[in-house]
Amino acid sequence: MPTIKSLDDLKRIREEALEKRKVKTASGQVQVIVGMGTCGIAAGARDAMKAILETIQTENLEGVIVTQTGCIGLCEKEPIVQVVVGDQPKVTYGKVSPEVARQIMKEHVKNGNVVKEYVIQV
Amino acid sequence: MRELSLHLLDIAENSISAGAKNITITIHEDTLADRLYLSVQDDGKGMDEEMVRKVTDPFVTTRTTRKVGLGIPLLKAAAEACNGWLKIHSKPGEGTLVEVEFQRSHIDRMPLGDVAGTFLTLLVGNPQIHWVFRYSVNQDSFELDDQPIKQELQDIPFSDPFVLSYLRELLESNIRSLQTTSVN
Repeated sequence: MPTIKSLDDLKRIREEALEKRKVKTASGQVQVIVGMGTCGIAAGARDAMKAILETIQTENLEGVIVTQTGCIGLCEKEPIVQVVVGDQPKVTYGKVSPEVARQIMKEHVKNGNVVKEYVIQV
Repeated sequence: MRELSLHLLDIAENSISAGAKNITITIHEDTLADRLYLSVQDDGKGMDEEMVRKVTDPFVTTRTTRKVGLGIPLLKAAAEACNGWLKIHSKPGEGTLVEVEFQRSHIDRMPLGDVAGTFLTLLVGNPQIHWVFRYSVNQDSFELDDQPIKQELQDIPFSDPFVLSYLRELLESNIRSLQTTSVN
């Protein structure tokens, strides 16, 4: 069984990604942060993360940085996802199921509209 | 947590919080000996004996520091209920190895669950860490070391749509073929 499919595959992927980047104008970076403390994981943060990554693929979203963080002290609101668009203030979402995560990616990350019904105050 | 792969994710998060730069996750299934072994090894700040005791059994000792969760004690209890064990080897300044073993066929053993999802989450969410994933079933194995991939990609992040689909396919296909060809 191969350790890595092939490095040639990766070369091609890198070129494609660079090509795409040239076409796309700089629309400001988006950062998506997923809470991955024990509380988050137990509440389904991995499924939220998977939905986020799937939507990046299906919607072909460029320039999205996905990171994770530990427990932020709102365990009862987990899974928690935070979105930072460009230099706008951070928006925090709670109870993010995979469906909600997909909605956040499409409406907020892609189109810039905050999904108000799932925003929580921190 | 109802999947062992979620526990792996949880333990790896502890490693990240401990400032690890290199984390290796191993899963080994031995169908003949009927054992399932999992481990997470890191080069984080490590723990002294007292801390290891607290992490393994938080209700026995009085807790003075917060920051001790229930992930490890629950996993330990789950392993012991399945003719298995959990051990933590740790040294301050050197790192930590968490090992856990189950009787593979035990009726109460949690399923491994979404191993590919756990690995993908860790890879993409923590690009600053050098990850090595090893998964073997009997004599067949799959290893992913993210160093050569990062070297090849240079400034293209793991969250790029092309890279994501590559990583997902790589993990899912290899893990699926391991689980279908080797397990009777």
